[in-house]
Amino acid sequence: MMLAENVVELTIASQLEFIDLVTTLTDNVTRMVGFDEEAAYWVNMAVRESVANAVEHGNRYDPNKTVDIRFTIGVDALRVTVRDHGEGFDPATLPDPLDPNNLLNPAGRGILYMRTFMDSVEYERHPDGGMLATMTKRRAPQHAEASHEGDRKHDAVGNY
Amino acid sequence: MQLEITERNVTAIWGDIVVLDMRGKITIGDGSVLLRDTVEDLLQAGRNRIILNLGGVSYVDSSGIGELVSRYTTTKNMGGKLKLLNLPKKIKDLLMITKLLTVFEIYEDEQAALESFQ
Repeated sequence: MMLAENVVELTIASQLEFIDLVTTLTDNVTRMVGFDEEAAYWVNMAVRESVANAVEHGNRYDPNKTVDIRFTIGVDALRVTVRDHGEGFDPATLPDPLDPNNLLNPAGRGILYMRTFMDSVEYERHPDGGMLATMTKRRAPQHAEASHEGDRKHDAVGNY
Repeated sequence: MQLEITERNVTAIWGDIVVLDMRGKITIGDGSVLLRDTVEDLLQAGRNRIILNLGGVSYVDSSGIGELVSRYTTTKNMGGKLKLLNLPKKIKDLLMITKLLTVFEIYEDEQAALESFQ
């Protein structure tokens, strides 16, 4: 499959040990994008939560199922998709971790953290099976402007 | 860095208290399991006055937060108390987002944490 220049993809087996590989890549991508340390830390965590959900709840640790992660570095935002190959779920039916009755539940906070740290988080069923989580984080205006400038420069010299 | 836990026993005139100095990451898998097993071992030995010193913890995910909650409730259910010490800002942020900041007893000074068991 041919990828655009601003796309990075990684596929891992459904093992928790591989999550650190994904977050290491995440740190490299956010550094490349120009996120500050604080933003990079929380993007790292959102990606970790999403991949952990895919391994644990999506693929249920099935060694024959993969988790596919894609980073798309856009001019205005970083988009991260995480796809599992499980049976899928309806995020609207998940218990609210902020409900007083759920505060002491041992689990169920991951998606809330993802929604807090990213600008948008959407879940949908992938047409070929599994769930697809799509998260975006906007780039700071100066970086976006710099990228626009970079695009113009690339265009001017015909690099694209 | 994977999670490391060092156990310290503090004997005060009001009784024995265990301080667990934690370093590294409390994340899904090994980190959370180590925390659970360490606290479970203490509770099984009847040592239920516990301080988790999180000053050296660099990273916690939702699984780690869930483990803190579980250890808190388990200790409480067994008649003990589990308190948090030296919370890094980012862990405090995570507890605040999930409305857990007021659930835990949190201290920034070890002596104050120890005296709270009086």
